[in-house]
Amino acid sequence: MRPTAPTPLTSRRGLLFGTAAVGAGAFLAGCTSNDPKDEKTAAEDRPADDKPGKHVTIGFAGPQADHGWLNAINDNAKRRARTYSDVTLEITEGSNDTAAQIGQIETLINKKVDVLVVLPADGKALTQVGLKAMRAGIPVVNLDRVFNTPQAYRCWIGGDNYGMGLNAGHYIGEKLKDTPDARVVELAGLDNLELTKQRTKGFDDALKNYPNIRKVARQAADFTVESGQAKMAQLLQAQRKFDALWNHDDDQGVGALRAVEQAGRDGFLMVGGAGALSAFQAIKRDDGVLKATVLYPPTMSASAIDLARALGQGKGVGGMAEYEIPASVTLYSAVVDKDNVDRYMPTGFR
Amino acid sequence: MTQPVSPPRYDSGKAPAAARPPAWRTLAARADVRTLSLLGVLAVLTVIGGVTKPDEFLDTRNLQLVLTQASVIGVVTVGMTFVITSGGIDLSVGAIVALASVWATTVATQEYGFAGILFTALAVGVGCGLVNGLLVAYGGMVPFIATLAMLASARGLALQITDGRTQIVTVDSVLGLGERDAYVLGIPPLVLVFAVVTVIGWLVLNRTTFGRRTVAVGGNAEAARLAGIDVRRQRLYLYLLSGLCCGIAAFLLIILAGSGQNTNGNLYELDAIAAAIIGGTLLSGGRGTITGSVLGVLIFTTITDIFALNNLQSDVQQIAKGAIIVAAVLVQRRTASTT
Repeated sequence: MRPTAPTPLTSRRGLLFGTAAVGAGAFLAGCTSNDPKDEKTAAEDRPADDKPGKHVTIGFAGPQADHGWLNAINDNAKRRARTYSDVTLEITEGSNDTAAQIGQIETLINKKVDVLVVLPADGKALTQVGLKAMRAGIPVVNLDRVFNTPQAYRCWIGGDNYGMGLNAGHYIGEKLKDTPDARVVELAGLDNLELTKQRTKGFDDALKNYPNIRKVARQAADFTVESGQAKMAQLLQAQRKFDALWNHDDDQGVGALRAVEQAGRDGFLMVGGAGALSAFQAIKRDDGVLKATVLYPPTMSASAIDLARALGQGKGVGGMAEYEIPASVTLYSAVVDKDNVDRYMPTGFR
Repeated sequence: MTQPVSPPRYDSGKAPAAARPPAWRTLAARADVRTLSLLGVLAVLTVIGGVTKPDEFLDTRNLQLVLTQASVIGVVTVGMTFVITSGGIDLSVGAIVALASVWATTVATQEYGFAGILFTALAVGVGCGLVNGLLVAYGGMVPFIATLAMLASARGLALQITDGRTQIVTVDSVLGLGERDAYVLGIPPLVLVFAVVTVIGWLVLNRTTFGRRTVAVGGNAEAARLAGIDVRRQRLYLYLLSGLCCGIAAFLLIILAGSGQNTNGNLYELDAIAAAIIGGTLLSGGRGTITGSVLGVLIFTTITDIFALNNLQSDVQQIAKGAIIVAAVLVQRRTASTT
């Protein structure tokens, strides 16, 4: 038997002995079958689950929640941490200022938290403090905006911007594949950001599969409702007729939908991005142009808490064979439309 | 009959102050040249738009669109013009618009319907303006610092109220004002408000004692004080006026975007200052023109429109915008100094 953490639960010891007995039986049976699997170890090093284990203090540092999605990130992390009796969450006041965020993370390092979850305001700028934490023996779960070097984190978990564009493009492509000379319009997010370029690249790549579809216009808003309204109004004026629109972000989509309404336009299919509650509700009502949205799941911060807890307890992830958590997790950007919107409704952010 | 009468009258008006009328006339001519050069820029832009995108640009809907998009920042710029004319500056306009728009769209406010939203937007605007005014006029703070402080705290408060969420408006009477059914003779209500604010602003600046006091304070505050103007009170009123304009703009923005968000009014302060300066208002104070400011706003909005219609991306738009600001100011200085 491998040494395990002492446990006060006699019932668990009983369970282990029971497992060992069964294991021994299996071992005997295994002798005949040549099965290399060691069931004892598999039973003891079971992945982190809902049952309480070793207590873990998780430090969480994120940017200022000035956007619906970022706000949902904080909410999801807090709510997930509350569901575990063996997790204490030390959450900092969010900041977009690099210096301030570095200071906050250093405070968490000094407090000797067991694991750090960091969503940097700027991944590159915060790499050093990630390295510092790792050197201090505090494993870092890097959330979404990636550090410069893998040395600065133990595990990265985040969304897939390229995949978001790809899935949006495929969804639109499938809907329009029988429309001759289909025209598609893109309302992008903030052009200063790398992620916007990746989303656009994915979208363009997907559309290349459909020779009948042409992207006729692209304008960049800046993730705000106000800019979404202004840029969409322009796009509607510039394009008298188009068949589909992909909007990168549901928050600016509120403004974009407003512009569509104000212009009295319809007759096209709109796909959103991110997964805001208002978008889910509009998709469910099915009374406007918005028919689907591509997720950039804010639940990733809940998963980051799960990973951090597993890391703190030295365990792997449920449903996977490894004894450790992965080095990187890229989340899938699912397309939510009328058929599956009910399932995703609880994850929608306001 | 009229010929023999008018020349003497003309002469008699000119005779008592031989030096002043020419100065007056060159000033008037200069003002006209400024306005004309702005109109010229607008005409050139119209030609560019009309040539590159004839169907989309030369279209009633496009005119409605440009004027609608100009109305929010336009109202802010009218207020800003007054403050700059008096030698001050208001860096907090964007933040005040944001704060007013989120305060007026909270669930609690929306329960009071149209009137509640309108009142809250205006009251928050005026309230912030009051604080700015008191700090500058009676607290002795430099306008740049006082309004910078307001910028920071109003943005912070807006974030605190919304918690980063987008507050969607559900009051139909408010939303309806942004839709085509509400257009009066083809004019969107937002544009009507912009027009009314512009006309009132022009009248107040050019035809009232208040306007003349504003110019006097901006030209030489000490001289104005010696001339019996209550400079402090005048300054207080000006920041109040700018705050009120922000409140009106916030209400227009709520109609336009159908929501309130703490990121609203992003960098309005720079857009408004740029439009006012391009229009011919002196950053150092003492001279201000509402007509110029409004033309400045229209030039910016038209540029944005033409770029978007031609599907040019935001990087090109920003570069060109910067170049056009420099060019417009240089051309103006030229024309103003040669005449």
